[in-house]
Amino acid sequence: MLSSLFAPGFFASPPVHLALLTGGLAALVSGIVGTFAVQRGQSYAGHALADISVTGGSGSFLIGISPLWGFAVIGVLAAAIMDMIGVRRPRGRDLATGIVRGAGLGLAALFLYWDATSTNATGAAITILFGSMFTIDPAVVSLVIVVALAALAIIGILYRPLLLSSVSGDLAAARGVPVRLVGLLGLIAIALAVSLAAVTIGTILSTALLVGPAATALRLTSRPGRATAGAALIGVAVTWLGIVLAYDSFTWPPQHDGWPVSFFVVALIFAVYLLTSVPWRTLPRRPWPVRAPARAHAPAQPPAHEPAQAVPVRLAHRRTDR
Amino acid sequence: MTEIPVTSLSDPAVLAVDGVSVRLSGRQILRDVSFGIGPGEFVGLIGSNGAGKTTLLRVILGLQAPAAGHVAVCGQPRAEARRLVGYVPQKIQLDPDMPVRARDLVGLGLDGHRLGIGWPSRGRRQAVDEMLRAVDADRFADQRVGNLSGGEQQRIMIAHALISRPRLLLLDEPLANLDIRSAREIVDLIARITRQQHVSVLISAHEINPLLPVMDRVVYLAAGRAATGSTDEVVTTEVLSDLYGYHVDVINVHGRILVVAGHGDGLDVPADHAAGVQISGQPHAIGE
Amino acid sequence: MFAPFMMNAWAVATIVAVVAGVVGFFVVLRGAAFVADAVPQGAFAGAAGASLIGVNTLVGLGVFALAGALGISWLSRRSRSDVATALTLVLLLGLGALFLSFTTEYSAEIFSLLFGEVLGISQGEIAPVAVLGLVCIAAIAVIYRPLLLSSLAPEVSAARGIRGRRMELLFLVTVALATSMTLPVVGALLIFSLMIGPPAAARSLTSSPLLAIALSVVIAVITVWIAIAVSFETNWPVGFFVGVGGAICYAAGRGWAMLRGSSRRPAQ
Repeated sequence: MLSSLFAPGFFASPPVHLALLTGGLAALVSGIVGTFAVQRGQSYAGHALADISVTGGSGSFLIGISPLWGFAVIGVLAAAIMDMIGVRRPRGRDLATGIVRGAGLGLAALFLYWDATSTNATGAAITILFGSMFTIDPAVVSLVIVVALAALAIIGILYRPLLLSSVSGDLAAARGVPVRLVGLLGLIAIALAVSLAAVTIGTILSTALLVGPAATALRLTSRPGRATAGAALIGVAVTWLGIVLAYDSFTWPPQHDGWPVSFFVVALIFAVYLLTSVPWRTLPRRPWPVRAPARAHAPAQPPAHEPAQAVPVRLAHRRTDR
Repeated sequence: MTEIPVTSLSDPAVLAVDGVSVRLSGRQILRDVSFGIGPGEFVGLIGSNGAGKTTLLRVILGLQAPAAGHVAVCGQPRAEARRLVGYVPQKIQLDPDMPVRARDLVGLGLDGHRLGIGWPSRGRRQAVDEMLRAVDADRFADQRVGNLSGGEQQRIMIAHALISRPRLLLLDEPLANLDIRSAREIVDLIARITRQQHVSVLISAHEINPLLPVMDRVVYLAAGRAATGSTDEVVTTEVLSDLYGYHVDVINVHGRILVVAGHGDGLDVPADHAAGVQISGQPHAIGE
Repeated sequence: MFAPFMMNAWAVATIVAVVAGVVGFFVVLRGAAFVADAVPQGAFAGAAGASLIGVNTLVGLGVFALAGALGISWLSRRSRSDVATALTLVLLLGLGALFLSFTTEYSAEIFSLLFGEVLGISQGEIAPVAVLGLVCIAAIAVIYRPLLLSSLAPEVSAARGIRGRRMELLFLVTVALATSMTLPVVGALLIFSLMIGPPAAARSLTSSPLLAIALSVVIAVITVWIAIAVSFETNWPVGFFVGVGGAICYAAGRGWAMLRGSSRRPAQ
């Protein structure tokens, strides 16, 4: 039965090896980084950075360098800009994210237009937007590994400050964490993760690898370490399965050219997420402590002249005869 | 135990809460809470954080369905009586850039539930101006709501709630973050306007003293149970100890009240979640 | 640039800008930038699928835009809204990728769907776009007050009997409708720039909501006109100018707000 899952030649094919390696790395990094991104409410920022990578990708086509450079450089730049505009409130932050994305995409439009007219690379748009899992240039692999390591290094070094500032910015600041810097580095990590994913499944869908496995893992567990590991695991599993299915689909209709890997990966991510949101058992929800909204009730500090209001109230169950 | 007398009124109750129990996330938040509020009464809902005040308010507002019991406003079930209840939440989240002025928000209190854009009419503008004056907000009427201070926003929300002339005004912990002086000011403001407009008030707080000068009666909430009556009747050592299930002392100092934890020969109470509990003080008879 | 064949583009673009200005006011108010961004992208996938099976792209746009709006609304009940939006979006885009892989002839049309195409507007398109635009504006006008209240103070409006979820859904559907009709001119990836840049600028110019909507429309229209004019002259894609234009509007708005806000803080 297992052999019917893997179409002939799967394990022997060099492009498949490359795909498994780069895709796996991209999924690993995206899953880990994504755990933080989702907790910090930065799904949109991740998506925006992915889209802005399109700018980088199309620019790189113009200059003739590898798309990954373009993705990564523009991504980091955009992350810096987004952080600079840096608005504290979530609504304002989303607005700023959208604007940066709009501007970036506008530039992308321009670059792609120049691409199409000057270099006759009409396939540029498709490749950038939807990835080219099976046609990855082997020379890119070393760059992929470097970028992956960079992203993982950021997360590894900043793990605790990042965690703390995701839960409570004020608490982190009080502990001496440079919250702003940590936030910027976090965004950069997202940009790097997203560019990795962009190479394999395209910019448009790299958000899926960033958000999906992380969101799924966070539904299943409330412990940060487990969530991060879980996200990485789910991401890699889904990507590899997607590669397998895509390879298998080479014989499928209608084109007999294979269905895109990106489709399978995204569909699987969505399916897994939905599966976990079915209430298999009613878990008492213990979500990761989320940054509390400003309007949460003030802590139960009784005013100084009534110290005893903090009396622990035990439930009384005697019937009182009146 | 002293019997807590019930004030029976001849007019139908503005609010009748009858046997309300609420269970959330496996915890019994409210058990068999009953009390009533008559026309023009100013009632304080006192309890520490976590006692269930907000839950009770949400039940009265129709935002939370009780596991048992029901609520009636002016004799009607709460679902049909939405227009009769005004609500001032503890805090609202507004960005400073939002292009909405204070007067716009108050105006929405009048017709925010109606479809359409709303034709600007002189009558409407007058009603809004009047209300803004009443809460002392006319000097910042044309400023962005998000730019106002917490206290100023509170007045706007009060104006918003009162402009449609409800019969009952609910306020969720309006004094929570205020200093003593601001608390007095806002309590006086609320008491003044509601007296003018003959609106009953149910105001929740975890501190009873700022409300003492204006409160007619108190609903004291602890451990999910409620005791109702006048302050002298309810806020006593016996009643509160019974309510808490733990010995507390109530001390009266210059007309101000302190509730202090008693010394540890406390009452030994077994935890028994299934038992229904007798509530101290049953103002059932109001309106019946 | 005012030749007869361009008049169609001017007409449609103006309608698009008006709708974007009106709907965008609420997008910015509700902090729904991501949603407004996601829906047209999902719609794009639908357009791809539609032309695959030989159906009018506008239908495909509409269907997927609606599916996106409904999907986001449904998923939002189970999880945080930004995750819900992201997942719905990528699912639709994944489908789009699938559809695109089934055909080979595509690049130019995808490009115009994504980034806008000024020259491709035919006269026959003006009427349907106008009608849809009118429907969008009417929808916003009808739910204006309850939508405004539930956007500003959700608890209070719920207590008044305004159902927050229903308002959210109606709003999303309107966004879906607005984006599908505006896609052809401005492109999937950039229509929402028009929906957030101008309103962001307008809100710093005035504090009255109705005035803010009016200004938002004016600014959107001016932005689009400039975008079309320059795009026509340079032949560069409209989307570029809209994207950059939106950013300029936003920046101008923030700048103005900073100048104004630093001098006036109300006394306690």
